[in-house]
Amino acid sequence: MAARSQMALSLIFHIVFSCIGMVMPFFMAVAHFIYLRRGNPVYKNITVAWSKGVAIFFATGAVSGTVLSFELGLLWPSFMKEAGPIIGMPFSLEGTAFFIEAIALGFFLYGWNRFSPWFHWFTGVMVGITGLLSGILVVSANSWMNSPAGFSYKNGKYFNVDPVKAMFNQAWFPESLHMIIAAFAATGFAVAGIHALMVVRGRNITFHTAAFKIAAVFAGLAAIIQPFSGDICARFVSKNQPVKLAAMEAHFRTEPRSPLIIGGIPDIKNKKVLDDIEIPGLLSFMVSGNTNTVVRGLDAFPKADEPPVPVIHYAFQLMVALGMAMLGLSLLFFFASKWQKEWLSSRWFFKLFALATPLGFIAVEAGWTVTEVGRQPWIIQGFMRTADAVTPMPAMIYSFYLFTCVYISLALAVALLLKRQIKMVPVIYDHNI
Amino acid sequence: MSYVILGFLWVSFLIYLLTGGADYGVGILEWFSAKQYKEQIRVNAYRTVGPVWEANHMWLIIAVVIMFVGFPHIYSTIAIYLHIPLVLMLLGIIARGTAFAFRNYDAVKDNTQHLYNRIYVHSSFITPLFLGIIAGSAVSGQINPNAHSFLEAYVYDWFNVFSVAVGLFTVFLCGFIAAIYLSGEATDISGKDLYIKKAKLMAILGTVCLVIVFCASVYQGIPLITWLFGNLLSFTTICGALISFILIWTRLREKRPLPARLLTGLTITLFWIAITCGHFPDIVIMKNGTSLSLLDTNIPKGTVNALGIALLCGSFFILPSLFYLLYSFNKKKPDDYSSGPSGL
Repeated sequence: MAARSQMALSLIFHIVFSCIGMVMPFFMAVAHFIYLRRGNPVYKNITVAWSKGVAIFFATGAVSGTVLSFELGLLWPSFMKEAGPIIGMPFSLEGTAFFIEAIALGFFLYGWNRFSPWFHWFTGVMVGITGLLSGILVVSANSWMNSPAGFSYKNGKYFNVDPVKAMFNQAWFPESLHMIIAAFAATGFAVAGIHALMVVRGRNITFHTAAFKIAAVFAGLAAIIQPFSGDICARFVSKNQPVKLAAMEAHFRTEPRSPLIIGGIPDIKNKKVLDDIEIPGLLSFMVSGNTNTVVRGLDAFPKADEPPVPVIHYAFQLMVALGMAMLGLSLLFFFASKWQKEWLSSRWFFKLFALATPLGFIAVEAGWTVTEVGRQPWIIQGFMRTADAVTPMPAMIYSFYLFTCVYISLALAVALLLKRQIKMVPVIYDHNI
Repeated sequence: MSYVILGFLWVSFLIYLLTGGADYGVGILEWFSAKQYKEQIRVNAYRTVGPVWEANHMWLIIAVVIMFVGFPHIYSTIAIYLHIPLVLMLLGIIARGTAFAFRNYDAVKDNTQHLYNRIYVHSSFITPLFLGIIAGSAVSGQINPNAHSFLEAYVYDWFNVFSVAVGLFTVFLCGFIAAIYLSGEATDISGKDLYIKKAKLMAILGTVCLVIVFCASVYQGIPLITWLFGNLLSFTTICGALISFILIWTRLREKRPLPARLLTGLTITLFWIAITCGHFPDIVIMKNGTSLSLLDTNIPKGTVNALGIALLCGSFFILPSLFYLLYSFNKKKPDDYSSGPSGL
């Protein structure tokens, strides 16, 4: 249990750091592009300010990633012993992509006034592209755990390994797509929100409004396409991990015309959901396009294979609700920029976005909970149980406490640092404006 | 193909020892310096290490990935029995990386800088210490798979004189590499003197540790001497390393930093050849006599090929850009560095 908690904790932090480290370079590149085209120093300042954010998050993302690469072995030695060779391919490619990202970042951060402006811009774009690649590769390693492929299994032995097949397992596309778009939406909303807050407080309005717009466009586009990728994921899950889908929906009984359950409190003992809203037939429709399809409920699976239903149900509902909220905000933003331009300078508008700052990341964490907890009790779906993979070392709880302290202090430090970055905006950048 | 992977593993560790070593060493030197020099070392360190430090640490990640993809049985054994030093090393890596980034990117320069510096120098010491301890324990037959108590299974494996002495030796080796590297960066005579003095200090401390390592190996029954002098290749490379080590001192005062640096690289490389080939192909040796060999992996052919190809393709992209990075930051030293928009 301690090992699981420690892994979960590490991932919770790493996912935030790496999403920001992966997406911010694109924002930065856009601001940089506008600066290079128009020569407006405000955009140069935004680029520089964001690049410092990237540097901080890249450093913390890189260390938390290093920690994870060790933790895989430290916490789950039996898993890595079997799975290492099978899913090594995405990991080794990820190492490569990450290496290039680090090099490109070195060029970008220290390259002002050293290289031709467009080469410098190009290195910034490379940071983003390689970051994105590493993200896709890591998620495809995770997707293999949901949808194992590329090997044969007999009597506890894994053989006939085909790492390429393992990497392009059935889950890799839906899962990576969903994660990447989520990263854009979450980071976009977080960045837009922080700049919106500064606008509300009336600080450096030109700087923050310009920064807000870039982030909000990314966030808005991502939030609008996300439901479609979510649909692809849901169809995948219904086919390959039906028990996970049943848990997400708290769908207890196998039946035709399955309802879509919104909200509610799953009652495990009586196998009922209380106080929910049910839309008859919609779940069947979403899974197959036909309202009469039979959707397998939790009763169709052995009790030993059942993941903790309430956690998954709540997390899933939370993710969807937040996704919808962000979708609404995005539509509002695009509506405003097309037809109601005066909204873009009104306080309530920025206040709304400032309030939405954490939504994306809460949704990301909730979604990650669904996919990871929903796979339990398996670490490799259908092949290895999590309990069999854990390290034999006793007293893991202390290790968990230790890492909890480390991560909390890391998070506090990063938050403090960002606050100080933002606070210093007037001092460092204003004389240029 | 499995030899390609082995080659990459070997090279990644070596480069990590050199570049990462220089990186840690800078922090170690900062610790082992009087107050009035600390600032100077810090500035030099930032200028030389800043652009490349992230890349330096990628070598460790590459090595770890190769380990768990290509040699999972070795990786999982180390991960189980050397759990504690690995965790401590990880804490060092976290603390060091973040402190380094924070002290350079924190927009407000105030008293927290002292805190960052403290964390930075201490973790620069701790990380290579535990790296060395892990290496020392893995290769020396201290891991005890038949242990019955917690202490025997998870603590005495690495908490013994030999392993700790190897760890300390690694620390001073890093300090030495950094001192030689920085002496080439120093612009005036006094700066050069400072670093040469540090290099001497590190060399002396390292030698002391080496003596302890040898004594401990005899005492603990580790056939270190056979590994190092028992075969022709190890013996010649050790001699070569010694000669080039002595030659370093003759070239230190030169204006051009390259000869001394190359000699240092040569020394370390020869040394690395000596210790690895004496031990090859076994990497982890356990107390009960079984050893885990690098050649005896039963990982599937497909994986070996895929990993090998991934590494070859990767280096096709990585190496040129890395060289260009190093080259451009060595060649172009703009005087207006501090006035650059990064505001540093």
